[in-house]
Amino acid sequence: MLDSVEPYTTEDGRKIGGVVMEMKNITLRFGGVTAIQDISFDIRDGEIRAIIGPNGAGKSSMLNVISGFYNPQEGEVFYKGEKRPPMKPFQVAQQGIARTFQNIALFEGMSVLDNVMTGRIRQMKAGLIAQALWKGKAEREEVENREVVEKVIDFLEIQHIRKTPVGRLPYGLKKRVELARALAAEPSILLLDEPMAGMNVEEKEDMSRFILDVNDEFGTTIALIEHDMGVVMDLSDRVVVMDYGKKIGDGTPDEVRTNQDVIDAYLGVAHD
Amino acid sequence: MAKPIEATDGLGSIPALLQRNASQFANRPAYREKEYGIWQSWTWAETEKEIEALALGLIDLGVKEGDFISIIGRNRPYFYWAIVAAQSVGAIPVPLYQDASADEMAYVMDHCGARIAIVEDQEQVDKVIEIQGQLTEFEHMIYIDPRGLRKYDHSKLHEYSQIQDKGRATHAENINELRARREKLNYDSICVMLYTSGTTGKPKGVVLSNRNIIEASRSSSEFDKLRLTEEVLAYLPMAWVGDFIFSIGQAYWCGFCVNCPESADTMQTDLREIGPTYYFAPPRVFETQLTNVMIRMEDAGRFKKWLFDRYMEHARKVGGDILDGKSVGMMDRLKYGLGNLLVYGPLKNTLGLSRVRVGYTAGEAIGPEIFSFYRSLGINLKQLYGQTEASVFITLQPDGEVRADTVGVPAPGVEIRIADNGEVFYRSPGVFEYYYKNEESTKSTKDPEGWVATGDAGYFDEETGQLRIIDRAKDVGKMAGGELYAPKYVENKLKFFPNILEAVVFGNGREECTAFINIDLTAVGNWAERNNIGYASYQELAGHPKVLETIREHVETVNRSLAHDPMLGGCQVHRFLVLHKELDADDGEMTRTRKVRRGVISEKFNDLLTALYDGSDEIFTKTEVTYEDGRKGSISATLKIVDAAVVPVEGTRQVAAE
Repeated sequence: MLDSVEPYTTEDGRKIGGVVMEMKNITLRFGGVTAIQDISFDIRDGEIRAIIGPNGAGKSSMLNVISGFYNPQEGEVFYKGEKRPPMKPFQVAQQGIARTFQNIALFEGMSVLDNVMTGRIRQMKAGLIAQALWKGKAEREEVENREVVEKVIDFLEIQHIRKTPVGRLPYGLKKRVELARALAAEPSILLLDEPMAGMNVEEKEDMSRFILDVNDEFGTTIALIEHDMGVVMDLSDRVVVMDYGKKIGDGTPDEVRTNQDVIDAYLGVAHD
Repeated sequence: MAKPIEATDGLGSIPALLQRNASQFANRPAYREKEYGIWQSWTWAETEKEIEALALGLIDLGVKEGDFISIIGRNRPYFYWAIVAAQSVGAIPVPLYQDASADEMAYVMDHCGARIAIVEDQEQVDKVIEIQGQLTEFEHMIYIDPRGLRKYDHSKLHEYSQIQDKGRATHAENINELRARREKLNYDSICVMLYTSGTTGKPKGVVLSNRNIIEASRSSSEFDKLRLTEEVLAYLPMAWVGDFIFSIGQAYWCGFCVNCPESADTMQTDLREIGPTYYFAPPRVFETQLTNVMIRMEDAGRFKKWLFDRYMEHARKVGGDILDGKSVGMMDRLKYGLGNLLVYGPLKNTLGLSRVRVGYTAGEAIGPEIFSFYRSLGINLKQLYGQTEASVFITLQPDGEVRADTVGVPAPGVEIRIADNGEVFYRSPGVFEYYYKNEESTKSTKDPEGWVATGDAGYFDEETGQLRIIDRAKDVGKMAGGELYAPKYVENKLKFFPNILEAVVFGNGREECTAFINIDLTAVGNWAERNNIGYASYQELAGHPKVLETIREHVETVNRSLAHDPMLGGCQVHRFLVLHKELDADDGEMTRTRKVRRGVISEKFNDLLTALYDGSDEIFTKTEVTYEDGRKGSISATLKIVDAAVVPVEGTRQVAAE
C-alpha cells in the first residue's frame, strides 16, 4: 500500500501527499462485543478523511484507536511508516495528533484563553517551581505560547470571547473553542469527533469553513467523524463507511455515494 | 459666493498634512490596532513610510491620476493608509460600506468606474469577483488578509503587503513621479468621494475637495479645542463621512491617534482599553449601552441596586449642572463627589468613557433621558447636526450650552437660513463640490450661490438660539383635521423606551395616526426570562399578549406627553401593531445607517397598514426576507392590532397662559 500512492494535487489546488497513517486489520472487542472487525484503511498527508456510518457502527471507537485511547486486540497502526506500539493518549498527542470530542470536554470554569492555552502544555518545559514563580523560562515560554494561541484565536475568530468563561458560551462557540485548543497544539493530524453534531445550519457552515481553512492554511491532515452526509460529501477527499463494526465502503465521496452497500446501510434494505 | 478660502502654509491636501505630521510629530502614535490580543502601534514617521510604500506600489501597478479606487473593509490602519496613498498618487478614494450587498456594491463601483479595489479578505474578494462582470473599468484587486485566497488566480489579484514590497523595491524609479503627483494636489483637488446612504433612490456620489475636508476639520477642531493628544476609536463605517472627518480630517489636522478595534465584536472591550478622549457614537449606541447597564443593574444584588438608584437620582439632579459649570450647593457637590467615587467613576470606566473630554452624538434624535443619563455622569456628550454634503458640520453645541432637544449653533464658517416651509438651508466652506455624474441632483440640492437644502425641517429655538430639527421636510405633513403631522418626532418618543427598537408612524392626510413597532429583543427578552415567559423566536415574543400590553402602556404614555404639545398633539397613536420581523437593511426597509425607509415599508406592509385603518382586530401576513448571504425566504404570522387610549389635546389655552 505504502508505495502504491503517488502525491497529487486536488482540483482546488491542495497538495495531497503519501500515507501518514495506516490502520491494518484492526479488531477491537469489549468483552463479547466486537466494536471494530478487521478494518484497514489509510490516511494520506494533507487530506480530509471522513469516517461515516450509522449509530453504533464503531466510528468513535475507530477514532479512539487512532488517538490511543483504545488499544485494539488485533491489527497494527502505522504512523509515518513505522509501526506504533500500544500507547497512552498523551504519547499519541506528543506525536502530533490532536483531537476534539463529541461531547465537548473543556474546562467550563476557565476562560477561553486559558482553555486554548492548555493545548500548548506539550510545549511547556519549565518546572513546577518556575511555573509557580513565573520567572525566567516559564515567563518566556508563556509569551511564546500565548503568541501561537493568539494566532489560533484570530484564525477562528473568537477574539470577542477571549476572556469569557467557557461555561457561559453557547454550544456552537464551545465547539469552536475545542477546535482552537486542538489547533493550538499545532498537530500534524487533527481528529474531529462529530464536529457539527447538534449545530444549526449557520453554525455548521461556519465550522465547515474553519475545517477547510485549517486544512488549507496549515496543511493539517484531518480525520473526522460526521453524521451529516451532506457536510461529509462536501468536505472530505475520501470517506470510509462503517456499519456494525465492519468497513463497507472506502473511496471518494462520489464512489461512496454510488456504493450499493452504503446505500443499503443508510436507507435500509427491503427484505423479501 | 465669497472668494474660496486658500490653504495655509502649503497644507492643501491630506498627503501634505501627512508630510507635516511625519516631520513634526514623528514619534507620536498615529495608528493603533489590536491584533493577536496586543495593541500594535505605528508612529507618524512609520505611517508615512507605510503609505509611501503603498503609493509607490500603486504607481507600479499602473494607477493613473484621476482613477477611482474603491476601499471596502472595516476600520483598519491599512485602509486609512490606502485612502491617503490613493490621494498621494492623484487617485480618488471611494470608501464603501463593507456590509453592502453585491448589487449595491456593483452600482457604486460601476457608477464611479473604479479601476482598483482594496478589500479586506476572502469574503470581499468573492463579492467583487461576483460583480466583476458588470464593471467595465475594473482591473485590479488588492486584499489585506490572504487567508483562503492562496489558490485564487493572482493575475489581477494582489496582496497588500506585496504591493508595498513592490513599492519599496521600485522606490528609486517611481519616487520622483510620486513627489510630482503629490505636489500637484491643492485645495481644489478631490479629497474623497463618499456615497450617501440614499434614504430615497440610488446612492449619490458626493465629491468633497481638500478645501471641504480640511476647512471643516480645522474649524471644528478649533471649536472643540482638539489637541495632538486626543485618542479616538475608529469603529463607525469608513464609508460614512463622519468617520472620514474624525479619523482622517481632524486626525491629520491635529495629529492625534486613531485606534482600530480588533474586530466588530470586541468593540466594547477595546473601547475600555483605549479610553478615548474624543468620542462619537450614534444615539443607537448610547441607547444600547444604557439598556445593557439597566439590564445588568436589574440582575445586581439589592445593595448595589439601591446604591445605583440613589446616586443616579442625585446625578440626574445636579450632574448636568456641574458639567455645565453652573452653581451647585456645597452639600450636593460633596454628595456628587462621593457618588463619583462609588458609582459614576466605575460605571464610566466600564463603559469605556472615563476619559471622554468631547463626545458627540448625531444622525438621529437622542432620547432626553438617555442624553441626560450620560451627561449626569459627567460625560461631556453633545449633539451636532450634519450631512455628507456639508463635510459633516452644520451646527454644533458649545460646551456648557447643551440640550437634548436642540442640535446647537451654526458651526464656525457656516451660515444657516430657514425657508418659508421650515426647511433648513446652509452655506459653508465645507459644502460639497458636486454629485458625481449627476448634474441634475447637484442643481436641485445646491443653488448657484452655494446654499444647500438639508431636506430637514427645523427652527431656531428662541430661548437658546440653537437649531431644533423636527423631521424630514418631506415627511412633515398635515393630518386630515389640519393638525401638524411629524412622524419622526413621535417615533423618537416611542423609541426612547428600551423595549421599543424601532417605530414607524403613519397618518399623513388621515384622521388619526397609527404605528408599526419593533420590540428590542435584548430588553424584552430579558424581561421575558425574568418573568418565566417562554418563547422560541423573535416572532413569538413579539406577539405575546403581555408584550403587547407593555407596548400599549408605552404608546399611551407617549400619547399623554404629546397631548401637552399643542403643535403636535394631533399625532397621538390610536392603533398599533408589533411587527413579526425586525426591520432590516438587507430587506431594504432601512438604510445602512439604520434610518427607516418609510415609503418602502408602507408599500411592503401595505396589508398591515390597511388593517390598522379598517378596524380589524388581527391580520394574517406573509413577508419575504433576505438572509445575509442573499438567499430569500419568507415568514408568516397573524398579528394582533391593538388600540391605544388617546388624550384630548390641552389646546391653545395653555400656550396663551405661558
